[in-house]
Formats: sequence, C-alpha cells, structure tokens
Amino acid sequence: MKTKIHKFEQNGTYILLDVNSGAVHVIDRMIYDLMDTFDGANDEETVSRWGGIYGADEVREAVGELHELMELGELFAPDIDVPPTFQQTGLVKSLCLMVAQDCNLRCKYCFGDGGSYGGERAVMSEEVGRAAVDYIISHCGPRKHCEIDFFGGEPLLNLSTVKAVTEYVRQREQETGKIFKLTLTTNGMLLNEKNIRWLNDNHISLVLSLDGRREVHDRMRPDAGGHGTYDRVLKNFRALVESRGGQDYYLRGTYTKENMDFTKDVLDIHAQGFDILSVEPVVLKDSPLGFTEEDLPRIYEEYDRLTEAYLERHRAGKGFFFFHFNMDLSNGPCVAKRLAGCGAGHEYYAVAENGDLYPCHQFVGREKYKLGDVFTGVRNRELPQYFRESHVLNKELCSDCWARFFCSGGCHANADLFHGDIRKPYEVGCAIQKKRLECAILVQAVMALERMGDDKNEAVSS
Amino acid sequence: MKHIKTVNKPTMQASLKKGGCGECQASCQSACKTSCTVGNQVCESKK
Repeated sequence: MKTKIHKFEQNGTYILLDVNSGAVHVIDRMIYDLMDTFDGANDEETVSRWGGIYGADEVREAVGELHELMELGELFAPDIDVPPTFQQTGLVKSLCLMVAQDCNLRCKYCFGDGGSYGGERAVMSEEVGRAAVDYIISHCGPRKHCEIDFFGGEPLLNLSTVKAVTEYVRQREQETGKIFKLTLTTNGMLLNEKNIRWLNDNHISLVLSLDGRREVHDRMRPDAGGHGTYDRVLKNFRALVESRGGQDYYLRGTYTKENMDFTKDVLDIHAQGFDILSVEPVVLKDSPLGFTEEDLPRIYEEYDRLTEAYLERHRAGKGFFFFHFNMDLSNGPCVAKRLAGCGAGHEYYAVAENGDLYPCHQFVGREKYKLGDVFTGVRNRELPQYFRESHVLNKELCSDCWARFFCSGGCHANADLFHGDIRKPYEVGCAIQKKRLECAILVQAVMALERMGDDKNEAVSS
Repeated sequence: MKHIKTVNKPTMQASLKKGGCGECQASCQSACKTSCTVGNQVCESKK
C-alpha cells in the first residue's frame, strides 16, 4: 500500500497530512501516537494498544474523530492515478532564453561554467530570439498564458536582444491574443537608471541574485577579477526595487556548505530592505561547497530556526515572503500540474544562444539532451515523451513518498547530474525538500490557526 | 473536534476530474531556478 499519511512534530505542534487529499490536520499528541496503529479499520486494536496510556474512552473518542475525517475524504483518501486531465502530449508554455552565455561574475558554485555552459562564450542574436517567440506561439496550442525568461550567464550583457525579443513579443501578443509574462534573472552588476526604467516600462519581472551577508556574497560571487560585488549589486537592487514600488521581483540567494547558518543570510537580506525572498541549497557533485547526507542534521536544524524567525516576524507585523514557505494549502495546483512538475522537456524548454533546444537551462551543453532548434523544431520525439512520463507515479523512489504531490519528483537535471537518470532523484535534495515542505506546512497551519483565533496550546497541544 | 483541527479545504481529489488547463506559471521558471516546488504554487484559475 502506498504511503497515505505523513505525520511530524515541530516545536510542540503535531501535524497530520493526508497525502492523497492534501488535508492538513493539527492534532494532539494522542492522535499522533494513535496514527502508528490506526489504519481506518482497526478500532479495537487501536484502543487496545493505546487505552492503557490515554484511557480507553479517550481513545475511542479520538478514533471517532478520525472516522469523521475519513467520511469527509480527508483521511486515507483514495490513491491517485494519472488523471484524464493529464494530456498525453505536453504543450509548450515556457521558454528560457540563454541570451548571453557569458557572465561578468565568477560565482564559485556556477552550474553554467561561468556562463559559457562548457562551450565558447557567446550571445544570442535577435534573429534567434524572435524565432524562439514564434516557436512558443506555434506550439502552445489554445493556452493563453506563455512565459519567457531571459537568462544566462548574465542577460544584461545582451540587452539589445532582450529589447528586440520584448518588442516582438508585444507585437505578437496583439496579433495572437496570447499573454506573455517576461522575467529576467540578473546578478545586478549592469543595472543602471536607464535600463531599470526600460525594465519597469516593459513590465519585466526580475529575479535578483544576492547571497545574504556581505562576507558570504563576496566570497561566493566575485567579479571576473576576483573582487567582491556586494556593495555594487546591493546599491543597484535597492534602486531597482524602490523604482518599482517593491513589486514584481524575487531576491534569491544560494547557500552552500560554507553558510549553513543561512537564517542569518535570509534575515540580513530582509534587513537590507527586501521582503520577497528565496534562499536555497546549492546543488554540486563532488565539491567542497556541496552537501552530503552528513550535513542534513545541521540543515534541518537551520530550517527550524528559520521557521521560528519567519513566524516571529509575521506575528510582529514585520513579515516577509519566503518562497518555500509560501503555500496555499486549499488552492494549490491540480493533480495534472503536480504530475507535470516543472514541465522540463515537454512544457518548458531552454533555448541556447545558437537556437538549440534543451529540456531546461540546466541541460544546456549536455549534448545527449539536445532536442532540436527553434528554426526546425524538436526533432527528438522520444525524449520529450520520456520527460513527460517521468512523473512521480513512474519513479520508483517517488511513488511511495509522502511528498510526491508537493515536489513532483524533484529536479530532472539534478537527478541526471547525480545518477545519469532523470528517474532516480538526487537523495540529499529530496531530504532537504521534505524538511522544507514540513516547515512550510507547519508555517501555514500555525498561521491558519492563529487566524482562526485559536490557541493551539489550549486546544491541540498536550 | 476535540483532538483535531483541520486547517484547509483541500481540492486535490476534485481536481482529478477537472483542472489541467495549463494556464499556471511554470514552477521553476520565475521564482527560483533550482527547485521544482510545485506545491508552493496557487492554481491560476482560483486566484
């Protein structure tokens, strides 16, 4: 039988997740214990096992409540199979344009070899960029919303192509009725008053890279000459975020083995005036900066610390958005989306500077994953289908994991990096992901309870 | 209930029969480039 529930305790709060419905229950210690025994059809066994500790009448009452949940479909909900809404073939909704396979930074953990992705440093021509726009429009079917992300390397090294593609996107929107969301990921070095105005006027969402404290950022993200970049990018990011009223940006950082006390980095970024944040673990194989299983206890401890700091600030009216803790437990994605995941290789492609198509930005340069190009389309028919079918229900390690409908099987590129097989997930990444999900569920549950005006210490903790 | 507080109204089972419109944002695209945390998304049709 597949895992149907997951329970955990964090800082005195007990949580029960019903995997196949997504219901989240805050429970007391007795229910937490009972769930080691109760399977929905063994009331007397459960009473017999726990009655001596909690009292038979109390256990019967609790079992009664569990049956109420079952009747509501919020406990032991039926297993989920591939739904008919999950189409056999994906429609392309999203492209990542590697507009500059070149960079002005030399980040220590870069997966793109300093922007070149293992090849020659080069930038994308306007012709390739426009062909990419035509490609997505002709392959997105009836879908109205499309996305293009300007990525690199550092995309501002090739602003002329970014501008030409944006202009062409707006023209094609008028002609087709499609709606494009445009995003640009930048290290901030080349931001100035003029291009900030252009980015704002053209409604480009931004992902800004900052690793946290000055010493952490300077050590990890030096320029090509080896000099720290913190002061320069911080000044630019502040000007940018202020100029757009604090909207339409994400400030994201990476933590490595050298800053496993990353709560300090999150809080430092917040203290610098940014409140839409994401900080996440580096993924590196055989590197002193990368993580191994031995690091997990320390990382778990740090997420507990970050959770407490996050809740404290929210309660004090000084909260911030932390990407991985933002979770709408009631209005999350449909099952089809949870299976499609990031869509790499079937709904989402990366376009290399020369127009070659890859499953995602991280696969650029891994030649066996080259799918075709924006001029002639996807020529490799088998690989996109393989990516589409590589969802959680088809991955041995994922199909029984409690987190299967939250993480959607993790990152294909990481699985390929560690195991040479996109169906064998990167285990350390899974472990961190699961801890982060527990924290997110806890945060949302605690905040929901507080909104209900509930005092968890009286009602559900013991 | 005395022992249990349910904090959400999940829609995952219901979405087996509908959903799949595909209008939602790609999950790794615009927020973070190294994690596919689909669970952190909101359904576009319910926004």
